[in-house]
Amino acid sequence: MLPEILLGRRILIVTGHYGSGKTELSVSLAMALSRNNETGFPRLALCDLDVVNPYFRSRERMDLLESVGVKVYGGIYGKGSAAEIPELSAAVRAPLDDKGCFTIIDAGGNDAGARILKQFSRYFTREERFTLAVVNASRPDTADVQMTLEQHEAIESALGFEIDGYANNTHMLMETTAATVEKGHRLCSELSAVTGRPLLWDCYPEKLVSAADVEKFSSATLPVGMYMRQTWLDK
Amino acid sequence: MAEKVLMKGNEAFAEAAIRGGARFYFGYPITPQSEIPEYMARELKKRGGAFLQAESELGAINMTYGCASAGGNVFISSSSPGIALMQEGMSFLCSAEVPCTILNVSRGGPGVGGIQPGQADYFQMTRGGGNGDYRIPTYAPANIQEAVDIIYDAPFLADEIRNPVAILADGMMGQMMEPVALPEPKKQIMPEDVAAYKPWALTGYNAKPDGKRVVVKSLRLQPEMLEQHVEMLFEKYHRLEKELVRHESVDLEGAEIVFVAFGTMSRLCTEAMEILAEKGVKAGLIRPITIWPFPYGAFDEIDYGATKAVISTELSMGQMMEDVKIGVSGRLPVELIHRTGGMIPTSIEVAEKAMKILEARK
Repeated sequence: MLPEILLGRRILIVTGHYGSGKTELSVSLAMALSRNNETGFPRLALCDLDVVNPYFRSRERMDLLESVGVKVYGGIYGKGSAAEIPELSAAVRAPLDDKGCFTIIDAGGNDAGARILKQFSRYFTREERFTLAVVNASRPDTADVQMTLEQHEAIESALGFEIDGYANNTHMLMETTAATVEKGHRLCSELSAVTGRPLLWDCYPEKLVSAADVEKFSSATLPVGMYMRQTWLDK
Repeated sequence: MAEKVLMKGNEAFAEAAIRGGARFYFGYPITPQSEIPEYMARELKKRGGAFLQAESELGAINMTYGCASAGGNVFISSSSPGIALMQEGMSFLCSAEVPCTILNVSRGGPGVGGIQPGQADYFQMTRGGGNGDYRIPTYAPANIQEAVDIIYDAPFLADEIRNPVAILADGMMGQMMEPVALPEPKKQIMPEDVAAYKPWALTGYNAKPDGKRVVVKSLRLQPEMLEQHVEMLFEKYHRLEKELVRHESVDLEGAEIVFVAFGTMSRLCTEAMEILAEKGVKAGLIRPITIWPFPYGAFDEIDYGATKAVISTELSMGQMMEDVKIGVSGRLPVELIHRTGGMIPTSIEVAEKAMKILEARK
C-alpha cells in the first residue's frame, strides 16, 4: 500500500484544494495503517490541523481512530468541532517530536489551510516530510492541469516548500464510477508529466467501485471509506 | 443537462445566485456560510457586479434596500443571528415592495448560539421578526441541487412579485458537498435596461421612458393610506399562497406513521423510514418545500384510516409543529421528535422514538 518513495518518511502532509477529500483520505489511510503498519515506525498519529472548515474535520472520528491505536491531535476541545476559533492544541507537537511516530497531517484546504503549517516548519525537514497534494478533478477549481497547478502554487507558497506527489481522489460521492476515477487519473498523470512529481495513488470509494476496475488503468490504488459522511445524507 | 460538478453547498448557492441574475452582494462573514461572501468577493466583479463587505448585517440589509431600490439585483446571505439583525430591513423591503433574495444558512440558537446546523429559525423565516403586516416567501430545499434550482429562480421571482424571496438552508446544507448540475446563466438585465424592466425603480428622472417620477417609500402617514397599502400587499400575499406553495409527499398511502420534515431533517427521516420498514412499519413523509406559504393542503393527503401518528420532526423545539397542527386540523394528535442547539439525531434514534409513539397509540 505504501509506495517506496514514502518509506523512511515520518511526516505525511496531506494538502490540496478545498474539498478535494483530504480528510477522508487521511482517515482512510490511518485506518488502513492501523491494520497493517508498513511505515517502519511503531506509533501512528493523525494531526488535524484544519482550522478552515467548521464541519467534517478528522477529529470528529477521534473515538474510532483511537480505538484502533491512531492517536488524534487537533484542537484544544478534543473531538468537539463546535468552535469557530482558529485554535490548535499545543499537543499537536507531541507526535512531531516523537521520532518513533508516523504522523499524517490533515491540513485545511487551499493556501489558507496550508498557512497554519508554517509554525511547525522546523519539524518538516526534507528527509522526514512528504507533501501529498490530493486532487479531485470533479471540483470546478481543479478541473484541468493549469487550474490545479495554480492552486498548488498558492499552497506551496504558503507552506514554504514544494509538493512532492499527488493522490488522485476524484469522486462524485455516491455517483462515483470507475470512469470518474479514471478522469482524475488522466488529470494527475498530466500533472505528473508537467512537474515530474509522482502520482502515488488512485483513490476509489470501496463501497462503490471495485479495485479490479481501477486496476485496469492504475498500478497504485488506495481504497477510501466514507468515514466522514453520514449515510442519511445520501437519502 | 450540464455536466455535474462536485460542490460545497455554500459555493453552489453563490454560483446559482450569480447564474440566476444576482449582481450585488452586501454581507458580513458568519459561520457556517462564510464561503458565500468569500465566493462573491472573488466572482462578482468578474461577472459585472459588485461585492461590498458591510460593517454589520444591519449595514448589509440597508445597502440592499438602497441598491435594490435603484433596480440592482441583490442576493444576500447570512446565518441565524445575522438574519435576526436584518429583520427591520426586511420589513422595510416588503413595505416598499423592493425585491431581493435572502439566504439563511441557519445554525443553533437562540442568541449567538453555536455553529452547528439548526432549524430553529422557522419562526424567524415564516413569521418574521420585523414590525408590521408582511410576508416573505421562504423555500426550504432538502439537497444542494434543489437549493441551486430554487436560488437560480429566486432573483427573477423576487422581481416579478416585488418582494424579498428567502431560502432557509441549514448549516449542514451549506457545508456538505454534493454533485450538482449548474444551470446556464440567465440573460442579464443591463443597467440601461433597468428603467424599462423595473419602472418603479429609482433610475433617475431622465431614464424614465414615460417621464414619470417615482418614489420608493415605506412611510405612509395617513392611516387610511397605510391600511389601503397593506390590504394591497395582502392581496398579493394571498395570491402567492396559492401560486408558490410546494411540497413533496412520499408513501402516504397506508402509512402508520407520517413524518413531517423539511431540509436536512427530511433526509434523515428518509433513512428512518427504511429502518421502520425493516421492522414492518410503514412510514410516509410530508416535506414542505415552501415553509411560507406552508403546504396545509398536503395534510388532506394523509390516509387517516391507516395513519396513527403524525410526527413533526425538527432541529428545533417544535416551531414547525404549530403549522403541522393547523394542517392536521385535529384529525390526529401531532407529536414531535426533535433535537436542537446544533445537535442532529441519528436515523436510528428517530426510528426508535417513532416506534414508541406508535406503540403508545395502539
